[in-house]
Order: sequence, then structure tokens, then C-alpha cells
Amino acid sequence: MPPPSLQLEIRDLAVRRGPRLLFEGLGFALSGGEILHLQGANGAGKTSLLETLAGLRRPAAGQVLGLPEEGGLHWLGHRNGLNLNLSVLENLEFWCGLNGAGAAACQPALERVGIWKLRHRLVRTLSAGQKRRAALARLLAQRRPLWLLDEPLDGLDRQGLELFAQLLAEHAAGGGGALVTSHQPLPAGLAGVRILVLNP
Amino acid sequence: MNVILAVLTRELRLALRSRMDWLLPLLFFVMVVMLFGLGARPNDPVLAGFAPSILWVGALLSMLLTLDRLFRADYEDGTLEQLCLAEAPLTLTVAAKLTAHWLLTGLPLVLLAAPLAVALQLPAAGQPALVLGLALGTPVLSFVGGFAAALTVALPRAGLLLPLLVLPLLAPVLIFGAGAVRAALGGLDAAAPLYFLAAVLVLCITLVPWAAAAALRNAFE
Repeated sequence: MPPPSLQLEIRDLAVRRGPRLLFEGLGFALSGGEILHLQGANGAGKTSLLETLAGLRRPAAGQVLGLPEEGGLHWLGHRNGLNLNLSVLENLEFWCGLNGAGAAACQPALERVGIWKLRHRLVRTLSAGQKRRAALARLLAQRRPLWLLDEPLDGLDRQGLELFAQLLAEHAAGGGGALVTSHQPLPAGLAGVRILVLNP
Repeated sequence: MNVILAVLTRELRLALRSRMDWLLPLLFFVMVVMLFGLGARPNDPVLAGFAPSILWVGALLSMLLTLDRLFRADYEDGTLEQLCLAEAPLTLTVAAKLTAHWLLTGLPLVLLAAPLAVALQLPAAGQPALVLGLALGTPVLSFVGGFAAALTVALPRAGLLLPLLVLPLLAPVLIFGAGAVRAALGGLDAAAPLYFLAAVLVLCITLVPWAAAAALRNAFE
């Protein structure tokens, strides 16, 4: 079932981190099927923008319209959101338990990201790329219209990058939207990618 | 209910994998109490008079040792972000985590209290009030301490700040908990201080998960 259509609109957004104003007057729109690649120098406010859209940080000014209702977005931050002393499967089952996704969703998600055979390994024993794949599996365990991904390519090898490109393309083809920060170019061949550059 | 079960299962599983994290505070409790016993003169009747305070302070300090870890690991590995954005209410998740904390730290202290009370020569008349008081008071320590841990989760040196925040808040629990034992030893009714502890516990269960959830959300600002 495709996710509900997305019409996200940001108007005159300003975000602070402590006393420092990161940016102001930011406006853009994101529709279903689109991928927005956020670029900018370190400290420009890319992560803070994503945190604000996710609801983790309050904006200093401006409006965010059209955000999906609670539980309607996926957040993948710098940190993977995986407990190192739990196995890959235990981490994903816990996430599913908190989000109303059945435990049956775990196997297809982990198979898709290529780490089903590692499901009983403690996360602390995985490589950085394998941990990132385990975090990406959350995106597949439950379909949500908006993906907010902060440096999702970190640690991924060539096959991982190809897999990520496929996942993003399928998500967009299904009517979902994504905001992706990355210092690397997004994998080639992705349609519907727009670039937004934040300058400090 | 599924959310509570999911959180409890996770916390108990993690505790099984990091046993020393939960066993060391219990050993600390036993050591502190035994050192008081060893420091006193043999068969000193004064020791029994101080036993309620020794046991309560030992329990309080032992639980303090575990508070810093309550939300910090989740904050550091990014799990807290997922908890904040999950469909499950953060309040419920926090309540389940605090309950798990009591099961892993408070409940063992309650179970250890009776044999340690015997070691401190506490008369049998005071032991039911001691155990009941700790059974009502240690969850308060978990909840109030959990709130302080949530407030300080993003601070780099919260380990030093936590006791300063928590100890004054828990002074009434200590006073009424030890007071219940003294009342029982004096042949008085210990019900009043125990009712007070029960009332504080109900207040904590009702209010702290909301306050702690708000504090956790604030950690990203």
C-alpha cells in the first residue's frame, strides 16, 4: 500500500542552536515522489533543520506545514539508534514494538538490507556499515511518507550505496518524500532529486 | 500494554547482558551496611538504633549509583531520538523504564534489607516496617531519580550533579521511611509514615513520567 501523499511546506523557518542563529527565512516545499538533498558546510544547520522537521527541536520562527501526523516520518540521525548490547533483531523488534509494527515486519526488512544472517549478532560486533544497514532496516519495517535522513551514507560500502539508492528510488516511486543530508553526492541514477544548499 | 512489555523485556535483557552494572550497586549496599556493623563494638545496642537510617541511606546511595545510566546510553546511541518520535507515548515508555529500574535495583534492595537488618541487630518488631517502607520508598527513589536523570541526560558531568539534585528531594522519604521503623520499635503505630510513603509513591507514578518525558524532549534543544 503506498504511503499517503506528502505536501510539506516550510515557510520563513529560523533555527537556533543555543544562542547561535543557524539560519532564518528558509522556505521550500517537498512533495511526494521528491528527494531533497541538503548540502552545506559543517555547522550550516543541516542536522538542526532535520531535527526541527522531525520535532526534536523547536523552530525559532517560521512554519512547517503538511508534516505527517505522529508516527508518519522516519528519522535516521547521525547515531544509529541501536543499542550495542542487543542483537540486530532485538533492536528492530523493540522498535517495532514501540511503533505498532508487527514483529513479522523484521525479517523482510533485514533481508532487504542484506543482514538477515547477522540478525542474532550483537550490534557491538558489527562494522560501521553493517550497523548503518541495521538502522536502514527501520525504514522498511513500517512504511511512512517522509524520511529524514542525516548522513545516511556514512559507513556504507559500494553495495550499500547501491542498496540505499534502490530504497530511496522505491520510496519516491511509492509517493514518499525524503530529505537527505550528505556531504557525498547521492548515488547516481536517482530521479526527482533536488538540491538545497544551506550557507552559514 | 505491548509498549510496556517491549520496554521491560529490553531492559531486563540488557541487564542480563551487563550483570555487573546491576550487581555492583547491590554489593555496594551490602558493603556499606556491613562496614557499619564492623565499625561498631561487638553487640553494641546503639547499632540497632541507627540500623533504620543506615539501611535507608545505604539503599539511597546504592540506587544513586545507577541513575546516571538510566537514559544516558539511550541518549548516546540515538535510541532516545527514536523513543521521542515513536508512535508509543514517551510518557508510557519512560514509566516502563522507571519500573524496570526499580525491578532491577530497588526490589533486590528490599529483599536484601531483612537479612542485613538482622546483621545490624535490628529487633524483629521493626523489620516489617523496614521492608514495607523500602518497598514503598525505593520506587520513589527510582521515579524521582529518573526525573533528575532525564533533566541532566545531555549534560557532560551529570554524575556529580545528580546526587545534589536528588538527595534533597528524597530527604522526606528517608525521614518517614526510617521513622516508620523507629515507630514500630517504640511500640507505636507505623501506619502513618507508611501511608505518607504510599501517597508520595502514588504522586510520583502519576506525575513523574510526564515530567521526565518533557525533560527528555528538552535534551535535544
